[in-house]
Amino acid sequence: MEYYLKLDQLSVGYNGKTLIHDINIGIHKGEIVTLIGPNGAGKSTILKSITRQLALIAGTVEFNGKEIHSYSYKDLSSWMAVVLTERMHPELMTCHDVVATGRYPYTGRLGILSAEDEEIVDESMRAVNAEDLGSRDFNAISDGQKQRVLLARAICQQPEIIILDEPTSFLDVRHKLELLSILRGMAKSKGITVVMSLHEIDLAMKISDRIICVKGDHIFRYGKPEEIFEESVIRDLYGIDNGFFDPLFGSIELPKPKGEPKTLVLSNCGRGIPVYRMLQKQDTPFIAGILYTNDTDYQLARLLAASVIAEKPFEPISDAAIQAALEAIYRCDRVINAGVTVGTGNARMQEVLKAAEKSGKLKTAGA
Amino acid sequence: MPKKDAAAAVEGSYRAENFKRRSRYVLVFAILIFAFITIVVLNINTGSVHISVADVFRILLMKAGDPDNVSIVWGIRLPRIWMAAILGGALALSGFLLQTFFENPIAGPFVLGISSGAKMFVAILMIFFIARFGFMSSWVMIIAAFGGSLVATAFILMVSRSVKNMSALLVAGVMIGYICNAITDFIVTFADDSDIVNLHNWSQGSFNGMKWGNVWMALVVIGVTTFLTFMLSKPISAFQLGEAYAQSMGVNVKRFRILLILFSSILSATVTAFAGPISFVGIAVPFLIKQALGTARPLVVIPATFLGGSVFVMVCDLIARMALAPTELKISTVTSIFGAPIVIFMLIRREKAKR
Repeated sequence: MEYYLKLDQLSVGYNGKTLIHDINIGIHKGEIVTLIGPNGAGKSTILKSITRQLALIAGTVEFNGKEIHSYSYKDLSSWMAVVLTERMHPELMTCHDVVATGRYPYTGRLGILSAEDEEIVDESMRAVNAEDLGSRDFNAISDGQKQRVLLARAICQQPEIIILDEPTSFLDVRHKLELLSILRGMAKSKGITVVMSLHEIDLAMKISDRIICVKGDHIFRYGKPEEIFEESVIRDLYGIDNGFFDPLFGSIELPKPKGEPKTLVLSNCGRGIPVYRMLQKQDTPFIAGILYTNDTDYQLARLLAASVIAEKPFEPISDAAIQAALEAIYRCDRVINAGVTVGTGNARMQEVLKAAEKSGKLKTAGA
Repeated sequence: MPKKDAAAAVEGSYRAENFKRRSRYVLVFAILIFAFITIVVLNINTGSVHISVADVFRILLMKAGDPDNVSIVWGIRLPRIWMAAILGGALALSGFLLQTFFENPIAGPFVLGISSGAKMFVAILMIFFIARFGFMSSWVMIIAAFGGSLVATAFILMVSRSVKNMSALLVAGVMIGYICNAITDFIVTFADDSDIVNLHNWSQGSFNGMKWGNVWMALVVIGVTTFLTFMLSKPISAFQLGEAYAQSMGVNVKRFRILLILFSSILSATVTAFAGPISFVGIAVPFLIKQALGTARPLVVIPATFLGGSVFVMVCDLIARMALAPTELKISTVTSIFGAPIVIFMLIRREKAKR
C-alpha cells in the first residue's frame, strides 16, 4: 500500500538550525500516529514542519505522492486541519463563530456561510458534544471546552488529515478520553489520518496505530505500540532509572521506596495492591510474596516492591520460595497478611502464614 | 425530551441567533447613517454665517438661493465636510488594519509613530519643493507621506521582530513618533519664514481650506483602497484567530501581511498628506464600532468603522470650528479630548476582563 504521508530524509528546526535530522516515516491513510518523547524533544517542531508553519531544512514531506510545498496553501487547507497549542484570544467571537472558521476553504470571496455550511458547523459541534456552547463567548469558556471547540473547528474543515499538537493538555480525564475516542471514531469510520503529539504515554499506547519516539536530535524509535511500549524503551526515551512503567496496562508508577525493607506483605489474587500503594505512599520499602508470576499482585509488586518472592504459575510452591519467605519473616519487623487465598496449588502458603504467626510479627491488613 | 428534538431546538437557536445579530447590524448601520446625515446638515448650517436647514437642502439639491450662501456652502463648507468624512473613515480603517496586523487593539497610525513619520517626510519635501518651485502638488504630498509611513512602519516591524511584548512595541512606536517630530521641528527651525507658514498650518492638522480638487483626489485614493480592504475581509477574519491558524485555512500569510501594511499605510498617509497627523481616531473608533456591533467580523466592521470614523471626525471638526469661533482649534486637540478617554476606558476594561 502506498504511504499517504511520507517523511523522507527530513531534517527540521528553526531559523535554519537543525533540531532533528534523518526522519524517515511512512503513514497510511486512516492511521493514528502519535509522537511521544520528553519535553522539548521537538515534537511540535516536526508537526509544524508537516503543516508548513516551518520551512524544511532538508528532505521532503510528501502527501499523496506529491511534495507538500508544491501545493498551494489553499489546496492544503481543504484536506489538512490543525489543532495547535498556541492560545488564541479572538475578539468578540462566539464558539459557533470559531467553529465556522473551519469552513473558510469552502466559502466564496467574502466568506459568507451558506445554509449547508451552517449545517456542517452544527454537525461538527455535535460531534464533540459542544452543541450547547454555540452562543457562548469563546474567551469565556474553560480550557477543556476550548479544546473541544477547536477540534470541532478542525472537523468542520472536513479534512483528510488532522494534525494536533498536544490536544489533551488542559483536559480532565473524562474529556481526554472523550477527545481521543472522537479521534479514533473519525480515523476508523471516515478514514481520516490523525497525527498528533501526546504527553500521556498510557493514552498514546491505547489509541495509536503507530508511535514515533522523539529524543535528542533523532527519531529514537518508530513502530507499533506493542514494539515501543517495553519498559526499557520507555525508560531510555524519558531517561528515567527507576522502574515505573507497566507495559501491560500502560500505567505509570512513582519510583519504589529506597532502603532496607523491614516489611513483608503476604497476598495473592490482587489483594496486595491496596497495601502496596499504602506502603508506597508512606515511603516504606517492602518485600512481596509469595506471588505467582501471573498474579495481578505480581505486576505491581515488580514495580513497587524492593524484592518479590515469585513462583512459576500452576506449580506447587517450591522449597526455594518457602526458604526465601521464611528468611524474609526473620529479617522483617512486621509481616502484613493482605489476604491470602490458600488452595491445593499453593497449599504450602499455610507454612509461611504459620511461621509468621509464630514470630509474633503478623498483622492483618486493615486491622 | 427525545434527542432529535433537542438537536432541532439547538439548530433553531442558531437561526434565532443569526437573526438577532443581523438585526443588531442593521440597527447600528441605521444609526450611523442617520448620524452621518445629521452631522453633515449641522456642519453646513453652522458657522460664522448661519444658514437655515431648509436653505441648506435647497442649496445642496438645486444650487439655488442666496448666491453668497451658495458659494459659502459649495466653495468652503462642502469640500471641508467631505474631506473630514473621507479622511476620518480612512483613519479609523487604517487603525483597524494595524490592530489586525499587530493583534493588538491599541495599535493605530498615531501611537505607532506612523503618522509622525509621514509628517516628517512631507515637511522635508515641502521645504524643498516650495524653495525650488514655490508650490507642492497633492500627489507629491501623498507619495511623500506614504514613503514616510512605510519607513516608520519598517522601524516598528524591526522592533516587533525582537520585542514580542505588545506594550513595549507601543512604547517603541511612541518613541519613533518623538524622533520624527524632533527631526521635523529641527527642519522647521532652519527653514525660511515663508515656508514655515505653510508648514506650520499643515502640521497643526486641520481641514481648513480644502479644495474640491483635494476632495476628488482623496476620494479616489481612499475609495479604491477601502474597496480593496473590504475584499480582504475573509483573510482578515482568518487572521483574527492568529497567524498559524490563518495559514492552515489557506491564507498566504506573507502576502497578506504585506497587503495589510500597504493598505493601512496608504490610508493613513493620505490623511496625513491632506490634514496633518490626527490622533486617537484609529484606536477609539474601531473599538466603539466593534462593541456596538457585538462582533469583530470584518465584513460588517470594515464599512461600519469607515462610517463611524467619518461621523467621529466630522463631529470633532464641527467642534474645532465652533468651540472658540472665530479661532479654530487643531483637529487633533478635539479628537484627543474625545478619543483618549475612550482608549483609557478600553484598557481598563481589558484588564478587568483578564481577571
